[in-house]
This record gives sequence, structure tokens and C-alpha cells, in this order.
Amino acid sequence: MSAPLLEVKDLEVGFRTQAGVVQAVRGVNFTLERGGSLAIVGESGSGKSTMAHAIINLLPGTGHISGGQILLDGQDLATASEHEMEQIRGRKIGFVPQDPMSNLNPVWSIGFQVEEAIRANGIATGRKEVKQRAIQVLKEAGLQDADRRLKQFPHQFSGGMRQRVLIGMGLAANPQLLIADEPTSALDVTVQRVILDHLESLTRELGTTLLFITHDLGLAAERAEQLLVMYKGRVVESGPSVEILQNPRHPYTQRLVAAAPSLASRRIQASGSIAAAESSIAAEASTAAGDEIDLIATAEARAEALEAAGTRPPAIIVENLTKVFKIRGAGEFTAVDDVSFQIAKGTTTALVGESGSGKSTVAKMLLKLEDATSGKIVIDGKDLSAVSPKELFRLRSQMQPVFQDPYGSLNPLRNIGNTISEPLSVHKIGTKATRRERVFELLEQVSLPRTLVTRYPNELSGGQRQRIAIARALALKPDIVILDEAVSALDVLVQAQILRLLADLQAELGLTYLFITHDLAVVRVIADNVCVMQKGRIVEAASTDEVFDNPKEQYTRDLLAAIPGANIELGA
Amino acid sequence: MLWYTGKRLLQVIPVLLGATFLIYFMVFAMPGDPIAALYGDRPPAPGVIEQIREQYHLNDPLIVQYFYYLAGIFQGDFGVSYSGQPVNEILARTFPVTIRLALLAIFFEMVAGIVIGLVSGLRKGGIFDATGLGASLVIISLPIFVVGFAAQYFLGIQLGWFRPTVSSGAPIQDLILPALVLATVGFAQIVRLTRSSVIETSGLDFVRTASSKGLTRRRVVPVHILRNSLIPVVTYLGTDFGVLLVGATVTEGIFNVPGVGRTLYQAVLRGEGPTVVSFVTIMVLMYLIVNLLIDLLYAVLDPRIRYA
Repeated sequence: MSAPLLEVKDLEVGFRTQAGVVQAVRGVNFTLERGGSLAIVGESGSGKSTMAHAIINLLPGTGHISGGQILLDGQDLATASEHEMEQIRGRKIGFVPQDPMSNLNPVWSIGFQVEEAIRANGIATGRKEVKQRAIQVLKEAGLQDADRRLKQFPHQFSGGMRQRVLIGMGLAANPQLLIADEPTSALDVTVQRVILDHLESLTRELGTTLLFITHDLGLAAERAEQLLVMYKGRVVESGPSVEILQNPRHPYTQRLVAAAPSLASRRIQASGSIAAAESSIAAEASTAAGDEIDLIATAEARAEALEAAGTRPPAIIVENLTKVFKIRGAGEFTAVDDVSFQIAKGTTTALVGESGSGKSTVAKMLLKLEDATSGKIVIDGKDLSAVSPKELFRLRSQMQPVFQDPYGSLNPLRNIGNTISEPLSVHKIGTKATRRERVFELLEQVSLPRTLVTRYPNELSGGQRQRIAIARALALKPDIVILDEAVSALDVLVQAQILRLLADLQAELGLTYLFITHDLAVVRVIADNVCVMQKGRIVEAASTDEVFDNPKEQYTRDLLAAIPGANIELGA
Repeated sequence: MLWYTGKRLLQVIPVLLGATFLIYFMVFAMPGDPIAALYGDRPPAPGVIEQIREQYHLNDPLIVQYFYYLAGIFQGDFGVSYSGQPVNEILARTFPVTIRLALLAIFFEMVAGIVIGLVSGLRKGGIFDATGLGASLVIISLPIFVVGFAAQYFLGIQLGWFRPTVSSGAPIQDLILPALVLATVGFAQIVRLTRSSVIETSGLDFVRTASSKGLTRRRVVPVHILRNSLIPVVTYLGTDFGVLLVGATVTEGIFNVPGVGRTLYQAVLRGEGPTVVSFVTIMVLMYLIVNLLIDLLYAVLDPRIRYA
């Protein structure tokens, strides 16, 4: 075997802060063979993206390599000069960044930005040749009508299209090594699959070595031969992908494997109902308390709950709901087209679809943040279009939203206590003292310490913020919670915690959830029923098990097939 | 784009009518009889006063006077000043001088402001940055008449580098010092705006991506950092133009520049209604047109903005 293409030895990366140097990468070692593929997996803050940036020597802010070597073909990149790095970037190492929305300069055309990369690396000279090569690069990256679209600007491209452009730019100079930093995290699953398939075949054709960075274990195992699991700047486990997945040794890897929704196969059972089931079983037969019995009992408890829910009037009835937006100069756009569904009290219905399928518009209309063009929404027996403003105000207290972005949905200038108690003061419930009590109670329900009351959102992690958002939604003791991509922005481990919390709260408070997501993997573990939306219409609606075991529509099958790592067999 | 421009031009009409009426009203509400001011200590014969009053419609109600005036403007006639000169002539004599002064000032503040702001932003936290920030703070804090007199005294009189006052005809070389003084206010703002904008842009993802493509620093800085950072700076120029017009009034007074500012100032002192209103009307019109141009330029700089 020839010498490895990339060899990282004892790499240390630090960030200078006012409180001293913070180590983001601590003594990482790995080698990457020519033509091989390696995935670095870890949650955010594990140092995986920092590693990628260190290799191309583009660390942000005060970041710097404080020790170790990065050997590319024997040349140490850690000590290379800026001028030498300029020769290496693009030519020897291609880079595909994470977020297609922010990685293209909005003021230059796509063609300009691709041609610039080609010219900088001396791939072609002369206007015509450069343009020819740009078209070729983009076509290879899967942009069919590249010649026509060169003059367009990034904002005229969809996320998937932009990612293709970025992949094209990364591969423009036929680099030996391609670093792909979460190249598809911001994209829909089906688009993700297409892009990754394309990236895979492209790198195989060109013989490019691939360094792949992701937080999704399933995705990593599916796309790379070797796996490197990072946790707090250290490598905790490495080896062949399938082996790690089937037999994770390190406790952190075990937790990651267990938490990955793409690999899970059952709905989360609320721990509350487990406790209830346990106690009932304990009363009957105090000797038996194995895992098996737990499973059967909780599944039965859930089934009973569902059955009971079926006999009561539904919490939400949506009939022939349609929303038409008028677009200036382009006529009309039907975002939601004749959608009907019902949600029984105390159950979870997931609304699944790619972005642009109209699922968030449905949520907005349910919350009456957007008026329906036609159709009927009945919440708790009341027709939403006919309620008076006063009734609507009351109805809103029974129906609360939790949104996707835990960073954007909390006011940074309000402390946590005020944030959670705001709905109470808006609805004039209780006195100052009782509101305070309620805030403590809510914090307890979402498993956060009371001391957070005086803290501010920027002092909390994403997962903590999302718990705060849930606590705020629960403040008014609503019957219905609308979760719009509520866990999509979170890491797998945090995601698993929040999903479990939601399941517990549902069992405890009898909540009804409308769970909106693009991630079918999450649906499997949280929802009782699923409605699959495509282009504003519901194409399939059934119980979760039915949809997963026996999908009827091609579109649903595509979505299911696109779940990364779905086909990987896990060890016991 | 064409439709947008047309719409914006139509919007100019009510703004212009409102502005002229307000100014007209304010000027004529000023205490003191302009005719008495015109003749000073020796009052003219009563017949003459009556004749002047008749000529300028001063006996009619204010609103009627305003419409007489407006009718004149639409025929290209801005009236006659109390000293008997057609306002058109005064405008034609003074506006070119002030426009020259303003363009020179904009040139100075743009070039110096953007260069210093860019270097400060790229070397955030360094000595150059700290000095630049401190200096710009001092300049912002100083009123323009202080800067003006100080420059005139030290650079003009003590060092003799420039002529302390502008000679007749206002040649470019005489206008350099007043233009530098006039540029100080906008300059400090542009430095700060460019600096913060450059710092913000430098940290954006696409800048890193540009470097990862193998571009040299020499290309990344102008093409990806500076180009994007200029968008807010250009927007600022619209507001700056107004500040510049106000500053011109003071600066022209100090350096004796025969431009709009000085003439307007004197007209206000004399209570010359037609002259004041005409000057201000043209200034408002210029301000509106400059801002329209900047809005159109904005769309050129940022392709995401398309006016429909």
C-alpha cells in the first residue's frame, strides 16, 4: 500500500478567549488512504468542523493550530505559509461547506463564482475555456441546464441547487482530497439522498479521497468506509463503519447509536406510562419484572390510550382546507390544496413533507396566524373561521406552538422566568406569586433547574432553549401543542431527550400534538398517525406503523428510502 | 425598474409641494418687513413701497401669494429677489460652485473613508484600528464650524498651504480646503460604517468558501469582502447628501465660497422670501433625486433587490 494521502498526528486546535485558550481539538490522530473515505461523527461542539477548517487552515476568529501535524502527501499543512496554503486550497484539497444558503456570495452570479475558482487554480485560461469548464463542472455536479443558469444569482437557486454548485466548486480543480463538512444537513431528505449519491459516484469516478463530516451516524455509516467518532475534541472510537455501528464500544458511541432516530424502529413509550404499567403489573404478579414484560405492557398501555382517544370527539378537525397565495406578476400559488384530517385527543399526528409542501402553512392556519382561503378548521368543537376575537383569544390559550429555531424564538432581552410567564400575564392568569410558582412547576416538568429563572437565552444551549420554548407553550395548560419542526435543529442526543420529554408530557397531561417535520425518522419515534404532504396535498394518511411497514404511495416510499442508514442492520 | 423609477418620480411631486409650502409659510411668518430691511435707515417714498408690495403680491393672502409663486416655478420663473436680480440668475451662478464643492467633498470622504475603514476592519483590534476609531470619534464630536475655522487658521494662515478664502470664480484648487472640511463629518461616519461592515462580512461563510476555492487574499478582499461591505456605505450616502448641504452653508460662510450655502444664508438674514424658497426647493429636489439614484444603485449593488 502506498503512503496515506492525509495523516493527522496529535492535532491540537485552540481558540484564544478572554478566559484563556479553549481547546477545541485535543490530540487527534488519523490516517486517510488514497481513494478511501472517512467520516467524522459527533454532536455540535465536538470539534469535527474545527478539524476540517484546521486542515485547510481557515480557522475562524482566534482559532489556531497549537500542536501536532497535518501531513498531506508528506507536506505539513500546520506549518505551511499562507502563500503555500493558497496553492493547496482548491488544487489539492477541495472543500464543500455546510450551509448552502450562506456559502455563496449573494452579490455575484453563480457563473462568476465558479469561474473564479477555475481561474484561481489555473485549470483553464481565456474567457471561453473558463466558461466551458464552469459549465462542465456544474453539469458534473448535477446542474442540468448549467449554461443557461451561469448568469443567475444564488438567491434564484434552491438549497439543493446551491449545494450542487458548491460541490462543483469544490471539485473544480480535481483535488485529491475533498472535505465535505455536513454537505447536506440543511437539505430535505430526498434531496440529501440525490446529492450524496451524486457526490459518491463523482468522487469514485475521479478517484477523489473523501473526508466527510456529519452529525448523523446513520448517514456516516452509509457513506464512508471508515468512521471516527469525536466527543469534546477527542476521538473516542474509530474503525470500519459497519463494525462501529453494530458493535459500538465507547459509551458515547453507544448512546449515539441508540439515540439516532434514523436507526430506531419503535415509538417512544412515555416513561410515565411505563411506570404505570409497571405498578399495575406489580400488583398482579410481583415476581415478573423483565424487559419483555415492560415492552408488552407499555405497548398495551399505549394501544389502550389510543383506543380510548378514538371514542372521544377529535381535538382538531380540518376539512378541505385550502390556501392560495397571490404572487405579484405570477398569478396564484396554491400552498395548501384541499387538505382534510382529524386528530384525536391525546394523540400525535405527524405532518410530513419536504420544504415547500405546505405543512407549515397548515400549522399557521391552525394557529390562525394565516387565514384560510377556503375550508373549515374545528378546534375543540369550535369553527375557527366563525369565532369572535374574544373567543379566539381564549382558544389560543388552549393551543400553543413550539417553533423550529430555539435561537430565534426566544427574546434575547427577556430572562427565562419572564419568557415562561409571559403567556400567563397576557391572559391575566394568577398573581405574581402564583405565576412564579407555575414557572417553577413548568421548569420541573421540562427537567430544568429552577436557577435558570434569572438567566438569559444566550446563556443556554440549543436543547435547553427548546425546553424553555416547550415550557412556555405549556404555561397556559393547553390541550393542543403544535410543534413546527421542533426538534429539527437539535443534535441527535438532545433530539432524543426532547422527544422523550414530549412523550412523557403527553402521557402526563393528555396533550394532543400536531408534529410537523421533514424527517420521517423522527416521525417513527413520536407519532401515532402520519399524514404525508406533497405539493400542498395529503398523498397518504395512515397510522405510523402502516406507513412505515406498508407505504402505499411512491412519494412516501421515496421519503422512507431517503432516511440515511435505514438499511443498516444493527447489532443486538 | 422603469415602472419603479416612474413611481418614485411621481412621489417626488407631493413631497416637493409640501416642502415648498412649509418653507414659504415659514419665511413669510418671520417677523420684520423685508422692504424696511431692504432700505435700512432711509425709508423710501410711500409710493415706492406700495409699488413694490404690488409687484410682489405682498398685499394678497399668503396662500394666494404661494400659488402665484408656484405658477411662476412651473413656467421656469423663480421670481425676482428684492434686490431686483432674477432668482434664476442667482441659481445659475451659485449652484455650479456648490456642486463642485460637494462632489469634491464626497470624493475625499469616500476614498479616505473607505480605505481607512477597510484597513481598520481587516486589522480589527490593531494599532491602526484603534487610532482610526479614536480619530473618527474626535472628528464626529467636533462641530463643522470648529473644524472649518481651525483648518482655515492653521492650514491656510499659519502654514500657508492653502488660500484661506476662495477667490472669485471658485477654482478647484481653492475649493480643496473647504471640501476637506466639508468631508470630515461624512468621512468619520464612512470609516466607522465601512469598518463594522468589513468586520461583519469577513466572518461570513462565503468568504471562507472563497478562500477554500484557492483564491488569494488579494482577490478575496476586494471581490468578496469590500464589494459586499459597500452596500450599507452607499445607502449612507443618501443621508449624507443632506448633511453635506447643511455643512456647505457653514463651510461656504467660513471660506467665503460664492455658492448656494452662503447666498441662502444671506437671503435668510434679509428675509428674501422668493430667493430662500427657490433655493430650498431646488435643494429638496436634488436631495430627492440623489436618494432615488442611490436606491437604484442599491439594486445594482445587491442583485437580491429588484424593484417591481
